[in-house]
Amino acid sequence: MAKETEIVFVDGVRTPFGRAGEKGMFWNTRADDLVVKAMIGVLERNPQIPKDRFDEVAIAATTQTGDQGLTIGRSAAMLAGLPKSVPGYAIDRMCAGAMTAVTNVAGGIAFGAYDLAIAGGVEHMGHHPMGSGVDPNPRFLSEKLVDPEALNMGNTAEKLHDRFPQLTKERSDAFALRSQQRANAAYEANNIQPDLISVATKSEAGWGLATRDEGLRPETTLEGLAALKTPFRSHGRITAGNASGLNDGATASIIASGDAAREFGLKPKMRMVSFAYAGVEPEIMGIGPIPSTEKALRKAGLTINDIGLFELNEAFAVQVLSLLDHFGIDDEDPRVNQWGGAIAMGHPLASSGVRLMIQLAAQFEQHPEVQFGLTAMCVGLGQGGSVIWENPNYKGAK
Amino acid sequence: MTEQFARLSDLAKDEVITHSFVRDVPLSAGRTLALITLDNGKDHTRPNTLGPATLLEFAKVLDEQKERAAAGEIHGVAVTGKPFIFAAGADLSKVSEIPDRETGKQMAQLGHWALGKLSELGVPSFVFVNGLALGGGVEIPLNADYRTIDSSVPAFALPEVFLGLIPGWGGAWLLPNLIGIENALKVVIENPLKNNRMLKGPEAFELGIADAMFGPANFLEDSIRWADGVIAGTTKVKRKNEPGKIERTVKWDVAIGIADKMLANRIGRVAKSPYAALALLKAAKNTDKKTGFEAEDNALADMISGDQFQASIYAFNLVQKRAKRPAGAPDKELARPVTKVGVIGAGLMARQFALLFVRRLQVPVVITDLDQTATDAGVAAIHAEIDKLHEKGRLSSDDTNRLKALVTGTTNKADFADCDWVIEAIYEELGAKQAVFAEVEQFISDETILATNTSSLSVEQIGAKLKHPERVVGFHFFNPVAVMPLIEVVKTPHTNDETLATAMVTAKNLRKNAVITTDTPGFVVNRILAKVLGEAMHAVDTGTPFEVVEESTRPFGLPMTPFELLELVGLKVGAHVLDTHHAAFPERFFESKNLHKLAELGFIFDRDSKGKSKGVSKKAVEIVKGGTSPMTAEELQIRIEDGLADEIHRMLEDGVVAAAEDIDLCLILGAGYPFQMGGVTPYLDRAGASERAFGSTFHNPPIRGVQ
Repeated sequence: MAKETEIVFVDGVRTPFGRAGEKGMFWNTRADDLVVKAMIGVLERNPQIPKDRFDEVAIAATTQTGDQGLTIGRSAAMLAGLPKSVPGYAIDRMCAGAMTAVTNVAGGIAFGAYDLAIAGGVEHMGHHPMGSGVDPNPRFLSEKLVDPEALNMGNTAEKLHDRFPQLTKERSDAFALRSQQRANAAYEANNIQPDLISVATKSEAGWGLATRDEGLRPETTLEGLAALKTPFRSHGRITAGNASGLNDGATASIIASGDAAREFGLKPKMRMVSFAYAGVEPEIMGIGPIPSTEKALRKAGLTINDIGLFELNEAFAVQVLSLLDHFGIDDEDPRVNQWGGAIAMGHPLASSGVRLMIQLAAQFEQHPEVQFGLTAMCVGLGQGGSVIWENPNYKGAK
Repeated sequence: MTEQFARLSDLAKDEVITHSFVRDVPLSAGRTLALITLDNGKDHTRPNTLGPATLLEFAKVLDEQKERAAAGEIHGVAVTGKPFIFAAGADLSKVSEIPDRETGKQMAQLGHWALGKLSELGVPSFVFVNGLALGGGVEIPLNADYRTIDSSVPAFALPEVFLGLIPGWGGAWLLPNLIGIENALKVVIENPLKNNRMLKGPEAFELGIADAMFGPANFLEDSIRWADGVIAGTTKVKRKNEPGKIERTVKWDVAIGIADKMLANRIGRVAKSPYAALALLKAAKNTDKKTGFEAEDNALADMISGDQFQASIYAFNLVQKRAKRPAGAPDKELARPVTKVGVIGAGLMARQFALLFVRRLQVPVVITDLDQTATDAGVAAIHAEIDKLHEKGRLSSDDTNRLKALVTGTTNKADFADCDWVIEAIYEELGAKQAVFAEVEQFISDETILATNTSSLSVEQIGAKLKHPERVVGFHFFNPVAVMPLIEVVKTPHTNDETLATAMVTAKNLRKNAVITTDTPGFVVNRILAKVLGEAMHAVDTGTPFEVVEESTRPFGLPMTPFELLELVGLKVGAHVLDTHHAAFPERFFESKNLHKLAELGFIFDRDSKGKSKGVSKKAVEIVKGGTSPMTAEELQIRIEDGLADEIHRMLEDGVVAAAEDIDLCLILGAGYPFQMGGVTPYLDRAGASERAFGSTFHNPPIRGVQ
């Protein structure tokens, strides 16, 4: 498990997540401006790092056109005021974009190519609705490479319910309710706000300031959830209430070698232990995190029992539940998504991976008794991604 | 409309209202900032402006915030603009429609009343200057308790004095009390008179106008955070340029005195607004705000209702609008691309042309002269000028290399073969100019434009010996070429639309303003100047002392006296200009033998080692003595005014230019005639000269102030 080079998550911040669409708070804000503001935010919090020491800027976006185009890692680096000598590039692994940005630069650091890098992601799903501009190869259908329904994420979630009948709509709704309640409690406890970067928002009624996620619904009830429509199938199970929303937002983190962190007197929030990606059938992409987590655990020489905190992306409640069931973890386990997740906060696709890390890092600080944590997420077209982290604050088990 | 501003309601009728939108922004510790956005709902090409309805809405919104503050709902109020624009000040089209002095005064009072509320909210007020801010757009932040500015703000200025006004919504009193008298003089008077120079964000911050500056990427977020700190008491604001006791007792009046002398020296005492502004700044030393604002009300009312403001707005519109859509220009689509330029000549004028063409068009420029040595010297001189631009930081080294490589010299006119545009800049001799054009015509295509910079010859005659005279056009620059913004584009009876269109587009690409004139002696600027200078020399020749002649033109407020102008253009050139105009119009233009003699002497004024005039030289007086019928300054002034009105009337009758507006535009851009005269025709109308000369006025109704 010991790697030649120590890789640390120094710090991360994010914008509040807005609701996509014309009524959303970021409708008049450019996607690149969102990620630039996140980058400036994390740079300003770590002023002791000379800006010309960053070796790479890796920014993910699923749709890389328009205000998410122009090699967004490079263009955002310039817009954020980094010296022109700092290179950058764009990354896409759909929902796991920002996670891939982190693991890519981690690989570069491990190889000795980088000392310091910025990794993050952005998705403005208002400006770039899911699937806009795609042109799937007809062979997918003619050769039956994937079920046509696999290209629609809601349908893949319905299929998970089909495959695992024990994962009922009731369990999904209950999980979704807890996500809202936990997110609300986390905001009340000021756990989320320290890592949010306020963003000025322009509307026809003047400038405002976004300081919290727009999609939070603390008033959610089980009855309310039960009454929601199932847009993907009649009498289906997936609703707007037990799935993540369509969102606009951005994240940015600083990833460094242990040596670089020491050189600049940085206090890393997490140490990377292992990461893995894995592919699954696209029709049930939501189970992707199961094989990727198993692989990451194997590479780390750990078992699921070693993981003290989980940050699992809630693309759909059912998809998190499938992982919990697989590993024999209770739906209400307090180690899992203690501060709620994407169902409450939102899921601006390629930015979400770093949000998981930001929250896990903050939880590590509050839980010195926890040594290891997991961030994991499913990915469209049948993938999963998992990163295992070690808590630098670990003081031994309670 | 509130009772006290009733007279303004007509002005508000079709106002594009800049609305004041309020949204609450959460601050630390549960506090709230009411953030007001000024937005007229249009994009940045139609900036926010401040008319009566806008100000009334702004005042109402501030009143509401005051109530909320009293109720403890909000803890601060901030104002910002729409993207790229804070506010461009009062809507000038509205201000120039003000029907009487009393309405003008109400406009001043309304501004004070509305903007003044920013300091009476009961909670701190902030203005976040996020973009362009001019005039009233600067006075909004000045009336607030605190200001932040975006480091990318491209223009921040009080241009009132440039337009014949004064900053009358608090600017004249508030600014010196914020940043000190010397800095305020610079912003209120000096910059407007430097061709309306504007500050950039960092300069405004450096002067102490803004308390904090932030970069554009997070300007609003950082400003809100800064305001949060000020409200919480964790951020202390220090104002390094705020005037202290010593400045008020010692420096203030001295600075005003120096500024007054410098003003008189530079522009004379005819223009009213700089002196009105100066008086307000002087008084701001020891008056309270209320008194200061009342003084602004009265001064602004005087200026708004005066002749000079109306003429200035007219002149401003000429420069801003008419200059950009020249009268009589053919469809731009007819213009041919200019991908290579030939310059005939390698002398001083030719070098200036080559440099301008290569810098602005970035195409190959080939110069030619009689022999290799002269040509080489020309190229070397142009390269040296390009290097100078590089040393001054105005060209990158790549661009320096690029431009230098584009400039070449040749003695073989065959090298002009692929030029689309050839301009000659040789000496003023018809036969010589005809010969070089005829020589070049052998090599160039039938469509290559042949442009001449002649100032005194007939353009038609210069092209008379060509196979294709339709491609000949006059392209008359003013010296120094790089600086002077005017080109007179001279159209002969043969010039075709393609040629004229190409000339107009080329002028625009050279970043010059072009006015189309017919091929008549002196075109516009030289003809007017020859009239004034001819009258001035005639008066001297007939016994009027130089000093009396200088007195006679002082009421115009011109940038220099006739004799200063003669020395500037060169006495020889001046004498030649008078000769050619006399030859063309012997009954109306004077020649002057004395001027030829003065040219031999070489000067009119004695000057000290620094070149400052010590008065008319005794030698000059000696040369011109003998006249027997001296005029008084008043007599000569009337004579010049009436002569100008008559001459311009004739020019318009003859269609030299499309309209009186074009005469004024030429004089403003080509001769530095002041805005307060409106060029010249508004002045001639209001002075009664037009009535006397031709029984009517150039403008109907005349451009003049109101009661």
